Amino acid sequence: MASKLTTSNRAGWGFALPGFGLIMLFIVIPFFFAFYLSLTNQRLISPNPTEFVGLSNYDRLLSISVLTIEPEVDDTGAVVRDDAGNAQYPRVRTFTRNNPDYSQYAGMREWFRWHWGETAKVVVATDVVFWKSLRNTLMFVLVVAPVQAGLALCLALLINQRLRGINVYRAIYFMPVVVSIVVVSLLFRFIYDGNDGLLNNVLGFVTFGTFEGRDWLGSENTALGAIMGMSIWQAVGFHMVIWLSGLQTISPTLYEASSIEGASKFQTFRYVTWPGLRNTAVLILIVITMQAFALFAQIDVMTRGGPLDSTTTIVFQAVERGYGKQDISGGSAISVVLFLLVLSISLIQRYLTRER
Amino acid sequence: MATVKLRDVRKSYGDVEVIKGVDIDIEDGEFVVFVGPSGCGKSTLLRMIAGLEDITDGTLEIDGARMNDLEPSKRGIAMVFQSYAIFPHMTVRENVAFGLTINKVSKAEKAEKVAEAARILQMEHLLERRPSELSGGQRQRVAIGRAIVRDPKVFLFDEPLSNLDAALRMDMRMEIGKLHQDLGASMIYVTHDQVEAMTLADKIVVLKDGQVMQSGAPMELYHEPANLFVAGFLGAPSMNFLKVTVDDFGDDWVQVSSAALASVKVPRKGRPFSTGQEATLGIRPQYLAAAAEGEGMLKGNVVLTERLGSETVVNMAVSDGSNCIASIAEDAVLIPGNEMSWTFDPALAHVFPEQVK
Repeated sequence: MASKLTTSNRAGWGFALPGFGLIMLFIVIPFFFAFYLSLTNQRLISPNPTEFVGLSNYDRLLSISVLTIEPEVDDTGAVVRDDAGNAQYPRVRTFTRNNPDYSQYAGMREWFRWHWGETAKVVVATDVVFWKSLRNTLMFVLVVAPVQAGLALCLALLINQRLRGINVYRAIYFMPVVVSIVVVSLLFRFIYDGNDGLLNNVLGFVTFGTFEGRDWLGSENTALGAIMGMSIWQAVGFHMVIWLSGLQTISPTLYEASSIEGASKFQTFRYVTWPGLRNTAVLILIVITMQAFALFAQIDVMTRGGPLDSTTTIVFQAVERGYGKQDISGGSAISVVLFLLVLSISLIQRYLTRER
Repeated sequence: MATVKLRDVRKSYGDVEVIKGVDIDIEDGEFVVFVGPSGCGKSTLLRMIAGLEDITDGTLEIDGARMNDLEPSKRGIAMVFQSYAIFPHMTVRENVAFGLTINKVSKAEKAEKVAEAARILQMEHLLERRPSELSGGQRQRVAIGRAIVRDPKVFLFDEPLSNLDAALRMDMRMEIGKLHQDLGASMIYVTHDQVEAMTLADKIVVLKDGQVMQSGAPMELYHEPANLFVAGFLGAPSMNFLKVTVDDFGDDWVQVSSAALASVKVPRKGRPFSTGQEATLGIRPQYLAAAAEGEGMLKGNVVLTERLGSETVVNMAVSDGSNCIASIAEDAVLIPGNEMSWTFDPALAHVFPEQVK
């Protein structure tokens, strides 16, 4: 029965107000604030008035270029070499510090370099840490999205059958999802520990002691990989459930029809299951990509971006800048760049996976 | 083309037996219809023949070879499902050719077979469309096309017309009948619609609670039902049942009467009776005819009439409290509440020792 409360317009708005207000306050307004603040020199706490600085935050963040350096030559014109025979190059800072001939590189620092014959190509950027965080984040997305989605699909296919006790497996695979990522990260800090970590112990045990322990999170080469592995493990159950729901929308008679036609397991997957999962696949791909771009908690708890910035990520940098260094405008600029990046990747994914 | 033989076929889910020992023989090229109320096990039986359900006990033979443990694809059958089961992401052509694609048949042969099936089903113009662009009848045609391309020994149809509207159902029914004539293949067809059963079948198998009630040619079942269930299940409107008492019987006759019915002698058909027992008299509505005042064998008050033009269906209350339906082969105007007398030819009536519930 329709009471006055459910038909009154004012009551309707009244009910909507708390949720609507919170969404405005914590999502919509901050979203637009980020755009605005990224165009200013706002600091978290500062006695100076806020000034509008245009795009200079973005300029500082994004400026990158390639510096070509020729080897040093001696008076005779021969290349100067060290004892090992490697060509010697002038230091990058001779170009980027107080060098009016190369004013376009002023203030930049070296990110990485490669050699073209004897010529060195040095990639220099004003904000090298940001570029490193961008590279780490992209690496993380490129590895985690396909591996996590694929693994989740395999698990979903495994548990999508009528077997006694199959629910136990569903529960086990889903369990890490319910545990807070912070707790998981703390646990994995012990697992990855260099001195007496569980992983080192296990690897040592299965290789009969030939494996020498290493500090997984303490080495540039393994830190990001270790975090990827943990992240995949933690969220794979969530995507498994989404795949599972997709699998269960496929009509069983389609499987029966294909078994009458004599389709093998693989053919059934290729012609019945996979096409039936199309929409689910698009959803999962976009969700994983967006989650992977937002990588923060694991980094904050496990490595704080180190060692040598090898695990720093975009979101971690945004938070670190905004609150750690009190540079709200810089953090905002990073957030905006991340937003545009994720938006365009999602649009590209949607375009590539559109219905034809 | 093939024969199908079921011998004491049984199916249990745990302790529950759903198919309780079924024997059926299907001749080469025969069109057999399994018919029965929902839950009678007719679809389960068909799925057991297809290999989609295990056979708990008994044997299934196709063309003399035991099929019990063979994969569905190796049994030489093709199945058409109620829900069509066509693949939504494939065009009609890809759907029809699915089995050929799976078995890596050459392109030329594939094109030829698809064209042949499309010609038989008159759907050449639909081949490049997707299922979402087709009507229900067209989708079912695609499913039948996929079955034809398999060139099976036995076609299995699981309620193929149930999802179609009435007019389309009649068209498709005729097409399936014609398809059987053209292909001459053995076909097993499951339905709960007795009109489909009567019109399509060479042989009807009436099932109830996992058992065969009777099997035979449609007219045989119609005119000589073996028991009360078959008598009531086939024919529309369904047969009238009256509670009667056996007064006397001889070798080939039984004399029965009731409060509402004058004493009549009807054929016994070899059924067991004893004097004084309760029995059931069955008369088809079409065999009841209006009688002159005071001459009828049965009296009833008109409750409702349905005028269909070609016939008039009269629903009446008989004096012993039961309901009776008469179908008169002409348009007649009857006034509700009027008492009418009815007569019938006792030779066309049936008497069963069981009692109606």
